Amino acid sequence: MISLTDFLLVSAVLFCVGLYMIVSKQNAIQILIGIELMLNAAILNLVAFSKYDRFNNGGQMLALFAIVLAAATTAVALAIILNVYKQYKTIDPGKIDKLGD
Amino acid sequence: MMAFIAIASALFVAATKNLVRSVFMFFITLFALAGLYVLALADFVAITQIVIYVGGILVLILFAFMLSGKETLNAIEEQKNKFININKVPAMFLAALFLVVLANMIFKVDADNLVWIKKSAITRNIILPNSSMTENIGINLMTKYLLPFEAISILLMVALVGAAHLSRKGRGV
Repeated sequence: MISLTDFLLVSAVLFCVGLYMIVSKQNAIQILIGIELMLNAAILNLVAFSKYDRFNNGGQMLALFAIVLAAATTAVALAIILNVYKQYKTIDPGKIDKLGD
Repeated sequence: MMAFIAIASALFVAATKNLVRSVFMFFITLFALAGLYVLALADFVAITQIVIYVGGILVLILFAFMLSGKETLNAIEEQKNKFININKVPAMFLAALFLVVLANMIFKVDADNLVWIKKSAITRNIILPNSSMTENIGINLMTKYLLPFEAISILLMVALVGAAHLSRKGRGV
Protein backbone atom coordinates (compact mmCIF):
# COMPACT_ATOMS: atom_id res chain seq x y z
CA MET A 1 0.00 0.00 0.00
CA ILE A 2 1.29 3.40 -0.90
CA SER A 3 1.45 5.66 2.10
CA LEU A 4 0.29 9.24 2.20
CA THR A 5 3.82 10.52 2.69
CA ASP A 6 4.88 9.19 -0.70
CA PHE A 7 2.14 11.07 -2.43
CA LEU A 8 3.07 14.21 -0.58
CA LEU A 9 6.72 13.85 -1.55
CA VAL A 10 5.95 13.35 -5.23
CA SER A 11 3.68 16.34 -5.08
CA ALA A 12 6.40 18.44 -3.44
CA VAL A 13 8.90 17.50 -6.15
CA LEU A 14 6.44 18.37 -8.91
CA PHE A 15 5.66 21.67 -7.22
CA CYS A 16 9.33 22.57 -7.08
CA VAL A 17 9.86 21.70 -10.73
CA GLY A 18 6.96 23.97 -11.58
CA LEU A 19 8.43 26.72 -9.43
CA TYR A 20 11.77 26.35 -11.17
CA MET A 21 10.13 26.60 -14.56
CA ILE A 22 8.20 29.69 -13.59
CA VAL A 23 11.26 31.48 -12.27
CA SER A 24 13.79 30.51 -14.91
CA LYS A 25 12.06 30.15 -18.26
CA GLN A 26 12.08 32.89 -20.84
CA ASN A 27 8.97 31.85 -22.67
CA ALA A 28 5.44 32.61 -21.57
CA ILE A 29 4.10 29.26 -22.70
CA GLN A 30 6.69 27.40 -20.67
CA ILE A 31 5.83 29.53 -17.66
CA LEU A 32 2.22 28.53 -18.19
CA ILE A 33 3.25 24.88 -18.24
CA GLY A 34 5.07 25.47 -14.96
CA ILE A 35 1.91 26.89 -13.44
CA GLU A 36 0.01 23.83 -14.64
CA LEU A 37 2.59 21.59 -12.98
CA MET A 38 2.15 23.40 -9.67
CA LEU A 39 -1.62 23.09 -9.95
CA ASN A 40 -1.29 19.40 -10.66
CA ALA A 41 0.87 18.96 -7.58
CA ALA A 42 -1.83 20.59 -5.48
CA ILE A 43 -4.51 18.40 -7.05
CA LEU A 44 -2.42 15.32 -6.31
CA ASN A 45 -2.41 16.31 -2.65
CA LEU A 46 -6.17 16.78 -2.65
CA VAL A 47 -6.73 13.40 -4.25
CA ALA A 48 -4.34 11.64 -1.90
CA PHE A 49 -6.06 13.00 1.19
CA SER A 50 -9.47 12.36 -0.28
CA LYS A 51 -8.96 8.65 0.26
CA TYR A 52 -9.78 9.18 3.90
CA ASP A 53 -13.04 10.97 3.24
CA ARG A 54 -15.40 8.46 1.82
CA PHE A 55 -18.83 9.94 2.37
CA ASN A 56 -18.25 13.59 1.62
CA ASN A 57 -15.58 13.28 -1.10
CA GLY A 58 -14.32 16.73 -0.21
CA GLY A 59 -10.91 16.25 -1.75
CA GLN A 60 -12.09 14.74 -5.01
CA MET A 61 -14.74 17.42 -5.43
CA LEU A 62 -12.20 20.14 -4.87
CA ALA A 63 -9.85 18.41 -7.31
CA LEU A 64 -12.54 18.40 -10.00
CA PHE A 65 -13.27 22.08 -9.41
CA ALA A 66 -9.56 22.86 -9.51
CA ILE A 67 -9.16 21.05 -12.84
CA VAL A 68 -12.02 23.00 -14.38
CA LEU A 69 -10.65 26.26 -13.02
CA ALA A 70 -7.25 25.40 -14.47
CA ALA A 71 -8.87 24.90 -17.86
CA ALA A 72 -10.55 28.29 -17.66
CA THR A 73 -7.41 30.11 -16.56
CA THR A 74 -5.35 28.44 -19.26
CA ALA A 75 -7.75 29.52 -21.96
CA VAL A 76 -7.66 33.12 -20.77
CA ALA A 77 -3.90 33.10 -20.31
CA LEU A 78 -3.29 31.73 -23.79
CA ALA A 79 -5.53 34.40 -25.27
CA ILE A 80 -3.52 37.02 -23.39
CA ILE A 81 -0.27 35.48 -24.61
CA LEU A 82 -1.47 35.61 -28.19
CA ASN A 83 -2.39 39.26 -27.79
CA VAL A 84 0.98 40.04 -26.26
CA TYR A 85 2.67 38.28 -29.13
CA LYS A 86 0.77 40.33 -31.64
CA GLN A 87 1.71 43.51 -29.84
CA TYR A 88 5.37 42.88 -29.15
CA LYS A 89 6.31 40.08 -31.57
CA THR A 90 7.86 38.19 -28.68
CA ILE A 91 6.62 36.14 -25.78
CA ASP A 92 9.66 36.54 -23.60
CA PRO A 93 8.32 38.14 -20.42
CA GLY A 94 11.70 39.75 -19.77
CA LYS A 95 11.47 41.76 -22.94
CA ILE A 96 7.97 43.07 -22.39
CA ASP A 97 8.68 46.31 -20.65
CA LYS A 98 5.91 48.66 -21.71
CA LEU A 99 2.36 48.87 -20.49
CA GLY A 100 -0.20 48.87 -23.26
CA ASP A 101 -1.76 52.13 -24.24
CA MET B 1 6.93 3.52 -10.94
CA MET B 2 4.24 6.03 -11.84
CA ALA B 3 5.85 8.51 -9.54
CA PHE B 4 9.18 7.94 -11.22
CA ILE B 5 7.68 8.51 -14.67
CA ALA B 6 5.91 11.64 -13.47
CA ILE B 7 8.97 13.15 -11.85
CA ALA B 8 11.36 12.20 -14.63
CA SER B 9 9.17 13.60 -17.37
CA ALA B 10 8.54 16.74 -15.34
CA LEU B 11 12.28 17.23 -14.98
CA PHE B 12 12.64 16.71 -18.70
CA VAL B 13 9.93 19.31 -19.30
CA ALA B 14 11.93 21.74 -17.22
CA ALA B 15 15.27 20.86 -18.75
CA THR B 16 14.64 20.69 -22.46
CA LYS B 17 15.20 23.59 -24.77
CA ASN B 18 12.77 22.56 -27.44
CA LEU B 19 9.32 23.91 -26.71
CA VAL B 20 7.48 21.27 -28.71
CA ARG B 21 9.34 18.49 -26.97
CA SER B 22 8.61 20.10 -23.64
CA VAL B 23 4.90 20.21 -24.42
CA PHE B 24 4.85 16.55 -25.38
CA MET B 25 6.75 15.55 -22.27
CA PHE B 26 4.18 17.50 -20.29
CA PHE B 27 1.62 15.23 -21.95
CA ILE B 28 3.43 12.21 -20.46
CA THR B 29 3.59 13.89 -17.08
CA LEU B 30 -0.15 14.41 -17.13
CA PHE B 31 -0.76 10.77 -18.01
CA ALA B 32 1.49 9.63 -15.20
CA LEU B 33 -0.39 11.89 -12.83
CA ALA B 34 -3.64 10.32 -13.93
CA GLY B 35 -2.10 6.96 -13.12
CA LEU B 36 -1.18 8.26 -9.70
CA TYR B 37 -4.79 9.34 -9.15
CA VAL B 38 -5.90 5.84 -9.98
CA LEU B 39 -3.44 4.52 -7.43
CA ALA B 40 -4.96 6.94 -4.91
CA LEU B 41 -8.34 5.32 -5.64
CA ALA B 42 -9.82 8.32 -7.42
CA ASP B 43 -10.86 6.91 -10.78
CA PHE B 44 -13.25 9.68 -11.70
CA VAL B 45 -10.69 12.40 -11.11
CA ALA B 46 -8.20 10.49 -13.23
CA ILE B 47 -10.61 10.30 -16.15
CA THR B 48 -11.43 13.98 -15.75
CA GLN B 49 -7.73 14.76 -15.73
CA ILE B 50 -7.22 12.93 -19.00
CA VAL B 51 -10.27 14.44 -20.66
CA ILE B 52 -9.74 18.03 -19.61
CA TYR B 53 -5.99 18.39 -19.37
CA VAL B 54 -4.86 16.14 -22.18
CA GLY B 55 -7.85 16.77 -24.39
CA GLY B 56 -8.35 20.41 -23.67
CA ILE B 57 -5.43 22.26 -22.23
CA LEU B 58 -2.69 20.59 -24.21
CA VAL B 59 -4.47 21.08 -27.50
CA LEU B 60 -4.97 24.69 -26.50
CA ILE B 61 -1.28 25.11 -25.69
CA LEU B 62 -0.21 23.51 -28.94
CA PHE B 63 -2.66 25.67 -30.83
CA ALA B 64 -1.38 28.86 -29.28
CA PHE B 65 2.15 27.74 -29.89
CA MET B 66 1.47 27.17 -33.56
CA LEU B 67 -0.39 30.44 -33.90
CA SER B 68 2.43 32.39 -32.38
CA GLY B 69 4.58 31.56 -35.34
CA LYS B 70 8.13 30.79 -36.22
CA GLU B 71 9.84 33.52 -34.29
CA THR B 72 9.23 31.87 -30.96
CA LEU B 73 11.25 28.93 -32.13
CA ASN B 74 14.08 31.20 -33.21
CA ALA B 75 13.96 33.00 -29.89
CA ILE B 76 14.30 29.72 -28.07
CA GLU B 77 17.25 28.59 -30.12
CA GLU B 78 19.03 31.81 -29.34
CA GLN B 79 19.21 30.87 -25.69
CA LYS B 80 22.32 29.35 -24.30
CA ASN B 81 22.39 25.63 -24.64
CA LYS B 82 23.58 24.65 -21.23
CA PHE B 83 21.17 23.43 -18.61
CA ILE B 84 23.09 25.02 -15.80
CA ASN B 85 24.18 28.50 -16.67
CA ILE B 86 24.62 31.48 -14.50
CA ASN B 87 21.14 32.83 -15.10
CA LYS B 88 19.48 29.76 -13.72
CA VAL B 89 21.44 29.27 -10.54
CA PRO B 90 19.15 31.50 -8.44
CA ALA B 91 16.09 29.72 -9.80
CA MET B 92 17.53 26.31 -9.03
CA PHE B 93 18.58 27.48 -5.61
CA LEU B 94 15.10 28.78 -4.90
CA ALA B 95 13.45 25.58 -6.09
CA ALA B 96 15.83 23.37 -4.11
CA LEU B 97 15.32 25.44 -0.98
CA PHE B 98 11.57 25.20 -1.39
CA LEU B 99 11.85 21.45 -1.87
CA VAL B 100 13.88 21.12 1.31
CA VAL B 101 11.33 23.13 3.25
CA LEU B 102 8.42 21.13 1.87
CA ALA B 103 10.07 17.76 2.50
CA ASN B 104 10.99 18.80 6.00
CA MET B 105 7.42 19.81 6.68
CA ILE B 106 6.05 16.59 5.22
CA PHE B 107 8.27 14.45 7.42
CA LYS B 108 7.45 16.54 10.47
CA VAL B 109 3.71 16.28 9.88
CA ASP B 110 3.91 12.53 9.44
CA ALA B 111 0.68 12.45 7.48
CA ASP B 112 -0.15 8.80 8.01
CA ASN B 113 -0.57 9.31 11.73
CA LEU B 114 -2.73 12.41 11.74
CA VAL B 115 -5.64 12.33 14.14
CA TRP B 116 -8.47 12.68 11.68
CA ILE B 117 -6.99 10.12 9.36
CA LYS B 118 -6.79 7.58 12.13
CA LYS B 119 -10.32 8.43 13.14
CA SER B 120 -11.60 7.94 9.62
CA ALA B 121 -9.79 4.62 9.45
CA ILE B 122 -11.54 3.55 12.63
CA THR B 123 -14.99 4.70 11.55
CA ARG B 124 -14.57 3.01 8.13
CA ASN B 125 -14.71 6.36 6.37
CA ILE B 126 -11.96 5.20 4.05
CA ILE B 127 -12.13 4.37 0.37
CA LEU B 128 -11.35 0.74 -0.26
CA PRO B 129 -10.03 -0.56 -3.57
CA ASN B 130 -13.27 -2.37 -4.34
CA SER B 131 -15.63 0.51 -3.66
CA SER B 132 -16.69 2.54 -6.66
CA MET B 133 -16.92 6.21 -5.93
CA THR B 134 -18.50 7.58 -9.06
CA GLU B 135 -22.09 7.29 -7.84
CA ASN B 136 -21.15 8.93 -4.59
CA ILE B 137 -19.43 11.76 -6.43
CA GLY B 138 -22.47 12.29 -8.61
CA ILE B 139 -24.84 12.35 -5.68
CA ASN B 140 -22.63 14.77 -3.78
CA LEU B 141 -22.27 16.97 -6.83
CA MET B 142 -26.02 17.30 -7.18
CA THR B 143 -26.81 17.80 -3.51
CA LYS B 144 -24.08 19.18 -1.33
CA TYR B 145 -21.95 20.86 -3.96
CA LEU B 146 -24.71 22.13 -6.22
CA LEU B 147 -24.01 25.83 -5.73
CA PRO B 148 -20.26 25.58 -6.46
CA PHE B 149 -21.09 23.42 -9.45
CA GLU B 150 -23.38 26.02 -10.96
CA ALA B 151 -20.99 28.83 -10.09
CA ILE B 152 -18.10 27.07 -11.77
CA SER B 153 -20.14 26.35 -14.87
CA ILE B 154 -21.00 30.04 -15.20
CA LEU B 155 -17.39 30.96 -14.56
CA LEU B 156 -16.18 28.53 -17.20
CA MET B 157 -18.56 29.99 -19.73
CA VAL B 158 -17.54 33.54 -18.90
CA ALA B 159 -13.86 32.62 -19.13
CA LEU B 160 -14.27 30.94 -22.50
CA VAL B 161 -16.27 33.82 -23.94
CA GLY B 162 -13.69 36.23 -22.58
CA ALA B 163 -10.83 34.24 -24.06
CA ALA B 164 -12.51 34.15 -27.43
CA HIS B 165 -13.13 37.86 -27.26
CA LEU B 166 -9.57 38.63 -26.21
CA SER B 167 -8.03 36.64 -28.99
CA ARG B 168 -10.42 38.06 -31.55
CA LYS B 169 -9.98 41.69 -30.61
CA GLY B 170 -6.31 41.70 -31.44
CA ARG B 171 -6.96 40.90 -35.06
CA GLY B 172 -9.02 44.01 -35.67
CA VAL B 173 -6.39 46.35 -34.31
